[in-house]
Amino acid sequence: MSRLEIQKTYKIFIGGQFPRTESGRYYPLKNKKNEVIANMCLSSRKDFRNAVVAARSAFGGWSEKSAFNRSQILYRIAEMLEGRKEQFIAELLLQGISAAAAKEEVTLSIDRLVYYAGWCDKYQALFSSVNPVASSHFNFSVPEPTGVVAIISSEESSLLGLVTSIAPVIAGGNTCVVLASESKPLCAITFSEVLNTSDLSAGVVNILTGNSAELHSHFSSHMDVNSLLYYRKNKNEIKTIKENAALNVKRVHIYDKIILNSEKAQSPYFIFDNQEIKTTWHPVENIGSSKGGY
Amino acid sequence: MSKKKEITKAKLDFKTDWAYASAPEDSGHISLKKQYDLFINGEFVKPNSKKYFATYNPATDQKIAEVAEADEKDVDKAVKAARKAFEKWSKLSGKERGKYIFRIARLMQERAREFAVIETMDGGKSIRESRDIDVPLAANHFFYNAGWADKLEYAFPNRNPKPLGVVGQIIPWNFPLLMAAWKIAPALAAGNTVVLKPAETTSLTALKLAELIRDSGLPNGVVNIVTGAGKTGAAIVNHPDINKIAFTGSTDVGKLIQRSISGTNKKLTLELGGKAANIIFADAAIDQAVEGVVNGIFFNQGHVCCAGSRLFVQESVADIVIRKLKDRMETLIVGDPMDKNTDIGAINSKEQLLKINEYIKIGKNEGAEIYQSSCAIPSKGNFCRPTLFLNASQSHRIVQEEIFGPVLTVQTFRTIEEVIEKANNIPYGLSAGVWTDKGSKIFNLTNKLRAGVVWANTYNKFDPASPFGGYKESGFGREGGLHGLMPYLNL
Repeated sequence: MSRLEIQKTYKIFIGGQFPRTESGRYYPLKNKKNEVIANMCLSSRKDFRNAVVAARSAFGGWSEKSAFNRSQILYRIAEMLEGRKEQFIAELLLQGISAAAAKEEVTLSIDRLVYYAGWCDKYQALFSSVNPVASSHFNFSVPEPTGVVAIISSEESSLLGLVTSIAPVIAGGNTCVVLASESKPLCAITFSEVLNTSDLSAGVVNILTGNSAELHSHFSSHMDVNSLLYYRKNKNEIKTIKENAALNVKRVHIYDKIILNSEKAQSPYFIFDNQEIKTTWHPVENIGSSKGGY
Repeated sequence: MSKKKEITKAKLDFKTDWAYASAPEDSGHISLKKQYDLFINGEFVKPNSKKYFATYNPATDQKIAEVAEADEKDVDKAVKAARKAFEKWSKLSGKERGKYIFRIARLMQERAREFAVIETMDGGKSIRESRDIDVPLAANHFFYNAGWADKLEYAFPNRNPKPLGVVGQIIPWNFPLLMAAWKIAPALAAGNTVVLKPAETTSLTALKLAELIRDSGLPNGVVNIVTGAGKTGAAIVNHPDINKIAFTGSTDVGKLIQRSISGTNKKLTLELGGKAANIIFADAAIDQAVEGVVNGIFFNQGHVCCAGSRLFVQESVADIVIRKLKDRMETLIVGDPMDKNTDIGAINSKEQLLKINEYIKIGKNEGAEIYQSSCAIPSKGNFCRPTLFLNASQSHRIVQEEIFGPVLTVQTFRTIEEVIEKANNIPYGLSAGVWTDKGSKIFNLTNKLRAGVVWANTYNKFDPASPFGGYKESGFGREGGLHGLMPYLNL
């Protein structure tokens, strides 16, 4: 007796919840045989704005967590992903990726999460300094997260592009709203399920599916977004984003040349891109002396 | 006068008003073997000498298990295994090496309670400390260092960091598992292989760690654990095929090691004794400072190389600090380390208790004024009341020498110059504490104190991301943080 499979309804991920888009719109995702695999949410400006609210309210809690705790949570995400490896491979196959490439994409994604888990409590040691100022002050500079980061992630990759863009942002204590690949969106939503079972607080990562041509101007003009990362190659979108960013002096990073499966796609400098440097001056008394003696 | 009387009246009587029901930690879930062998090349093997020694619970004097005594031949076997393992281990990518170390961290977190209970049974420290400090910190050290394994190029740019080879590590009995983690984790992250010797009175958690390492699938020979006393340690120090010695223990033994390897190319790091000054200024938050002083000296029965064993109090607040300190000491619960209420557990060994009692005698003879908490202590096992010596002076032996027990000397000072002079006037330089409301004073003192760690308005804080180690005769090299990797790399 044949059994009819249960198909998953792909939703979006906002504030730890899985709603469909408020707009009610969808776009059909088709396989090579032109069959519909899923009706993806065509997210709207309103969805994006809701996601920014969720990301902003999660920012305080996430950025104040100890670096070590963030490290444990990123590692937990890797653990969860490892356990669901087969599901992601199957989903990549469904989206037309070859078996070998699918396997590589998933294992690289897991290892990249572990890589950034390690950085959570270490990039500070690289990017901080104690500054030997001439006056009698103890002067030090430390990195702090920028805030809410909007990400338009790679169009070519379903999972690795997403992980590559999210991991350094949250490792550094930011929260984010991510637009997934439009043509390969499935893993983004399944990855949201991984995030949702990894002790990651609601709202730290929010994921939308939809169309960059429609959304990039909203991503870049929102006044409560502090930084924008763009992983695609569309020159017109890049120009609009850079222009709109000036509205509230967003930091913009265009990663149009990144090669996702290369070692160069991961480094602490991707964390640094979403950090502010804070310098503190504190007076030092200068009484007594004992240095020479002992 | 009448005011003073009221205070005395209001004082709690801790024997009648403040009774605690016992809250023993369960040890039923612990499985210990009767006899433990040496962990060499991924398996437990019998010692060449066939000799075993007993390990005791210092709180009950009961024998817990027997532990193998490694001789030169066993150590040689362990070094050979480590050397062989080094070939492959050092060539493994940092990413894969890191994953093994993450696994060890996770396994330790999963088995944390078991490790805590055994640590307390074998070493005498209170279950609260082994459960909340020793074991989680040990796991965190593995977790933290795991992340460095594939990031060494960022930590030390332009130097192409390479491991040293086989590392011999000798650790003390005061934080048996934690010290093993401090030693093994950075060594592995840097790509070295290890021969580690735990202290003879506290081998069990290191051997449990060996089991865990075996379960983790770490390649055979990458970590070898050999048990024994001084002779076994000497065999490690003197083995010709070891590239580096890392030692934590007494300054006397540290000097001996430094001398013994002087004719070789072995690298060395030493984390030795201390006699930290804990300094309270008149502007400090006094209650907070008193808490910090209690934590500074009575944490882990005072068996802490960085213990705040010399209290310096500014003269104008000396009376109130000492009164509050005595009151606080009265509330400390000394006794069964397995009881979750216990503050101060058992002294680690009979020898150590004798040494502490000897120093208490010396302090009295030197003319310092002794004060001890009036608490009851168990009739069996090794216990020592929390002890103060008031009016101690800089030349007293109890001020100059490390006691390694719950004994605090108290000196007063008038000026900041005076206290800097006194704090530094000692061969040690591991740590110091400063209590003041004024930040600029803190930084003045961190500049002037010749010590590797300065705690300001806190004490005895440890973190895998924070370097730890001494100045002067407290040793050299750092453990923890980025600096903690340096001694394990050719840079």
